[in-house]
Amino acid sequence: MTDIAVRIENLSKQYRIGGPQARYKTMRETLMDMAAAPARRLRRLGQPAPPEETIWALKDVSFEVEQGEVVGIIGRNGAGKTTLLRILSRITEPTGGYAEIKGRVGSLLEVGTGFHPELTGRENIYLNGAILGMKRAEIDRKFDEIVAFSEIEKFLDTPVKRYSSGMYVRLAFSVAAHLEPEILLVDEVLAVGDAAFQRKCLGKMGDVAHEGRTVLFVSHNQKAISDLCEWAIRLDDGRLADQGPSGDVVGRYLEEELGTEAMFGGHTTVDPDPSRPMRLRSVMVVNNEGRQAGQVEMGQPFRVRLQYDVNRPTASAHAICYFLTTDGINVFGSGDTDCTPQRLGTRKVGSYTAEFEVPPFILNEGSYLISVNLSIPFTRYLDRHDSLVRLTVVDRSSIRRTSYQHRRPGVVGLDLPWTYLDGEPVSES
Amino acid sequence: MNTTVDDQQTGTVIPPVHEAPTILIRPSRGWVALNLRDLWNYRELLYFLTWRDIKVRYKQTVLGAAWAVLQPFFTMVVFSVFFGQLAKVPSDGIPYPIFSYCALLPWSYFAGALDRASNSLVGSSHLITKVYFPRLAIPISAVMAGLVDFGIAFVVLLGMMIYYGFTPTTAALTLPLFLSLAVATALAVGLWLSALNVQYRDVRYTIPFLTQFWLFATPVAYSSSLVPERWRAWYGLNPMAGVVEGFRWALLGKEPPASLLAVSTVVVVLLLIGGLYYFRRMEKTFADLI
Repeated sequence: MTDIAVRIENLSKQYRIGGPQARYKTMRETLMDMAAAPARRLRRLGQPAPPEETIWALKDVSFEVEQGEVVGIIGRNGAGKTTLLRILSRITEPTGGYAEIKGRVGSLLEVGTGFHPELTGRENIYLNGAILGMKRAEIDRKFDEIVAFSEIEKFLDTPVKRYSSGMYVRLAFSVAAHLEPEILLVDEVLAVGDAAFQRKCLGKMGDVAHEGRTVLFVSHNQKAISDLCEWAIRLDDGRLADQGPSGDVVGRYLEEELGTEAMFGGHTTVDPDPSRPMRLRSVMVVNNEGRQAGQVEMGQPFRVRLQYDVNRPTASAHAICYFLTTDGINVFGSGDTDCTPQRLGTRKVGSYTAEFEVPPFILNEGSYLISVNLSIPFTRYLDRHDSLVRLTVVDRSSIRRTSYQHRRPGVVGLDLPWTYLDGEPVSES
Repeated sequence: MNTTVDDQQTGTVIPPVHEAPTILIRPSRGWVALNLRDLWNYRELLYFLTWRDIKVRYKQTVLGAAWAVLQPFFTMVVFSVFFGQLAKVPSDGIPYPIFSYCALLPWSYFAGALDRASNSLVGSSHLITKVYFPRLAIPISAVMAGLVDFGIAFVVLLGMMIYYGFTPTTAALTLPLFLSLAVATALAVGLWLSALNVQYRDVRYTIPFLTQFWLFATPVAYSSSLVPERWRAWYGLNPMAGVVEGFRWALLGKEPPASLLAVSTVVVVLLLIGGLYYFRRMEKTFADLI
């Protein structure tokens, strides 16, 4: 008989949000609103919020985790992964459904929770340990092990505000890694620290996984998920989208996330929508040879071409295009009014095609998602499309290959010539 | 790693699941149980949070713990000059400096503890959004941390008692009761304000005003004997009046403020129970609102 360690049944969480159109008001309205807010909120206490202002961060999610199982949770940003862990950690309450957990729960939603900069490393080990739910005797017992793992022996009695960020993270992770709950909830904590320490942390996580403890592990690191977890679930838009052996789930996720054939090919079209004042029709990446492409060379310029309809005359709008990394970091955005503010005037009805060029050596090697917004700045979105086109930037230069193990670090890929002011250190042969 | 059940061959550890508590997580509605047992299980965290507050308080200050003495002491000096010497406020035959310092001692504790407790949740948002523990530990530790300052400032009072020739009587043994009343008052009000502060940051701005107002409503600079006899019990509706007069009775031998104290105690108990329930009710929203 296998024990169920975590049973989740129709778990849902609703958050109240302000719509983008409600945000900008006149000063007088804002002040009136502030004056009326306490009374209105008092009246509203205990009642569910009106539906138009809410978002389901998690909706009817059900699954079970057997005792001793290591489960990975994947999904894109905002899919509800962190919300799920926050509910299971009892940080926030669900709006509906329930979760049943058998055993002591330890949650690591970040490393170093409650570290106080003024306190020494030694003091913070105790404070942080207590915050994570360890007993004092337990911390005493593991103290030497924690210090040894963190490699900061010499600085044990130095306030952590004088630590380098690497030391800080090492100490913080060491405390967390020595937590011994029966059920461990881990969120993305491995995204910190240098590569060597990350490997050490992954090793430690592996140990934990092999000790028969139940682990729920949220990560963007697909490899870590397939390596550490037998089972994985995928959340999409707050719903359970997939579950199964981790390799399969990760594989299916990557396939879908990387996009359809069209998206991969650097071209996506959108259906017309005459109800909107402005509507995007298509986005296309054009390489240096003038061909549509899903992959571009880092050392060559490429162009992004947008087509959109203006269905009604629209004033003070712009079209803006963002490049995001697959981790969700916004690399840059570019709008059609950046250099031509006159375009903020009224746009005439019609179909338009616009393009801009991205110079070489801006995006580093890697994958990027292109999002497009048609909006009235500071006011509202007219048409908004996230992750429309996936673009892969490759670097075929063998020179850079020899200097870096995988790729040059960083989000941007600038190629900057260095000058030696008093002669070259290497004589040319 | 130290483990309870350890099979060295396979390296597997089977935690005793059958003994483990089952936690049921589901939406709660309306008023919830206080669940003080949970708080008791986290008593070590309460200790560490208090210890942290004490430890960090005077870091990077030149005068350090001397601040604990300087604040009530100089307030006493100012009060003695303006109220004692110039305005000639009657002090029931007790030398004005010790009369006011004896009241300023619990008052400074209360004002400080109330301020820290009220801002404690907002100041701990990084904890509240990242880890679970009974949130009551936060305002409670904020209130407890002030006791060290109280202890330091109390030494000065002992010195003044020797100087003015006050010999402690057996009444002094009741002092912990009055101190507890001050702690309970600070916690009771602090629970309400800290929970409100999460939702309405306006609270932060009302606290200095509230404390100032409350100081004048409390017999710190003057004596409660200024209040007509028949209203005196009602004066106990301000629990700090009970605390302050209790301190004077215990240490300086004023007449026992019995009716005043009875009213104060009832008020504090009601405020505290209400505060605890209100806090628990709002607790589930903290992580989402903060």
